Amino acid sequence: MSTSAIVMMIIALLAVWGGLGLALLNLKRNPEAIDDEEADAVLHDGASVSPLR
Amino acid sequence: MSASGKTQQAPSNVSARPQREMWSGRRVFILAAIGSAVGLGNIWRFPYVAYENGGGAFIIPYLVALLTAGIPLLFLDYAIGHRFRGSPPLAMRRLHPKAEAIGWWQVGICFVIAVYYAVIIAWAGMYFIFSFTTAWGEDAAGFFTGEFLQVSDQVNLGFDFVPSVLIPLILVWGVVIAILALGVQKGIARSSIVFMPLLLIMFLILVVQALFLEGAWTGLDAFFTPDWTRLGDSSIWVAAYGQIFFSLSVAFGIMITYASYLRRKTDLTGSGFVVGFANSGFELLAGIGVFAALGFMAASSGVGVDEVAVSGIGLAFIAFPTIIAQAPAGVLLGVLFFGSLVFAGLTSLISIVEVIIAAVQDKLGWRRVKAALIVGIPIALISILLFPTTTGLNLLDVTDAFVNSFGIVAVALVAVVAMSAGFGALPRLREHINATSSVKLGRSWQIFIGGVTPVVLGYILIDTLTTRISEGYGGLPDWFVGVFGWGMVIALVLIAYLLSKIPWSLRSAAYEKNIHEPILDAELDANKSATNKTKGGQTGLPETAASGSAAGEGKNP
Repeated sequence: MSTSAIVMMIIALLAVWGGLGLALLNLKRNPEAIDDEEADAVLHDGASVSPLR
Repeated sequence: MSASGKTQQAPSNVSARPQREMWSGRRVFILAAIGSAVGLGNIWRFPYVAYENGGGAFIIPYLVALLTAGIPLLFLDYAIGHRFRGSPPLAMRRLHPKAEAIGWWQVGICFVIAVYYAVIIAWAGMYFIFSFTTAWGEDAAGFFTGEFLQVSDQVNLGFDFVPSVLIPLILVWGVVIAILALGVQKGIARSSIVFMPLLLIMFLILVVQALFLEGAWTGLDAFFTPDWTRLGDSSIWVAAYGQIFFSLSVAFGIMITYASYLRRKTDLTGSGFVVGFANSGFELLAGIGVFAALGFMAASSGVGVDEVAVSGIGLAFIAFPTIIAQAPAGVLLGVLFFGSLVFAGLTSLISIVEVIIAAVQDKLGWRRVKAALIVGIPIALISILLFPTTTGLNLLDVTDAFVNSFGIVAVALVAVVAMSAGFGALPRLREHINATSSVKLGRSWQIFIGGVTPVVLGYILIDTLTTRISEGYGGLPDWFVGVFGWGMVIALVLIAYLLSKIPWSLRSAAYEKNIHEPILDAELDANKSATNKTKGGQTGLPETAASGSAAGEGKNP
């Protein structure tokens, strides 16, 4: 492999896989929020249904 | 009960309406979304597109396209699906009643893709088995079109079935319908949990094995050597945007549907960055694996890599079988390659068919199993009737080319123009994303969606349109291209319009309780609502969209 090809391979791998690593790190630092179960229950209870026009 | 029709009362017995399914968490959503994005195109399209468009230099336009179009479009789909909590027709209808037809257009595109995409998975399944004996011998090309597909000389619509394609195709559809009948969590999520790690492991082993083949580094040299002069050529920028656009499964309803099953407080941008970069990471890996193998093929034949580099069906079913027949431990290489194609294809096909099932479920208020069977079986039958035949290859070629060039690109263009200039929905959708996401979007997101993507998509559409009109398609007869190419893409638009005029069932998801409050962050909405009242109720979206649905939604109990 030529030097320019090796350099571009490393840059491409760092950019794409590095981007994925950063995205995963960001996700880990922001744990999943728990939804308010009551709100979900209201969403699905269907007790009062607004008609569409 | 059309969008402009009279008010109707929903039935009192609304408990019969099925609840909307949900992912158990964002991890399974991310896995399923990656499963959808990573498909056949990552393996057989990206390597050649990169090689043909500047090699190593392609990474620059590719990353620019990913960050300015791919990921922004992914966020747009997430925002629509998550905020309006529906399949494309319902989500679009809730955004604005006039947008429902765009949703049905996306569903129609998914239908067309599903019927031919399944056939390629069936081929890959058979080649997985053929790999054990290298059944194609020394003439992979002749075997593929002759002994295997038995391609007819006639270009028409025939019903002369080829059992070796028909049987695996029936199996593929059986698996897909069974997974979809199990539902979002038990079916799609669980299959992603199994298939995606398996795909990654298989592909990693494949790449490592390919790197040890003689000539592999020559292949990689050809793949990564940059041709900087090409960066000034607009065609490589168009190619980069095209690759990102087709690769990410954006703008034809899949991500809208998948995002509609997310919990309210999901980190949309955080999840989207993982999906976007994982998709690109996989295709970069595919580029390394494919060009290492092509380097071996070139070395074995004593020719340059440029003479063996191909993409698509030619790469998978002609070049790779040739490599497998010649390489040491070729059986393993074949099993890993075709196994990867099967798993990558299956997870994508599942997501494509899910869009159609979810749309029918939403419109008619059907439960999951009923919808999966009543929708899935006819789709499977159409696929089984049209494609595993001696004339199926030409039909697949034309439908694939036209539904991509004039279906997906056109609907994406219409959708981004409608969301930006048409309905002015982007500021509100950005607020929605920012309410629950870790990475906040600035105004640049609106510029990418409303400015960059329409220009790029418009250019790609017009460029392909003029080429097709002047040159036809692949030397095929005009009537064939007219019916299954042009006719099909025009029919998709007309059918979408007609479907948007069919009244929604009283049991449908459109009659769910006001979706506005539960979807957007409650606190943000409450503040917004108070502010809007003082400003006279202006929300940034048309009234029907801002209220989450149509009339009556603003008068919540």
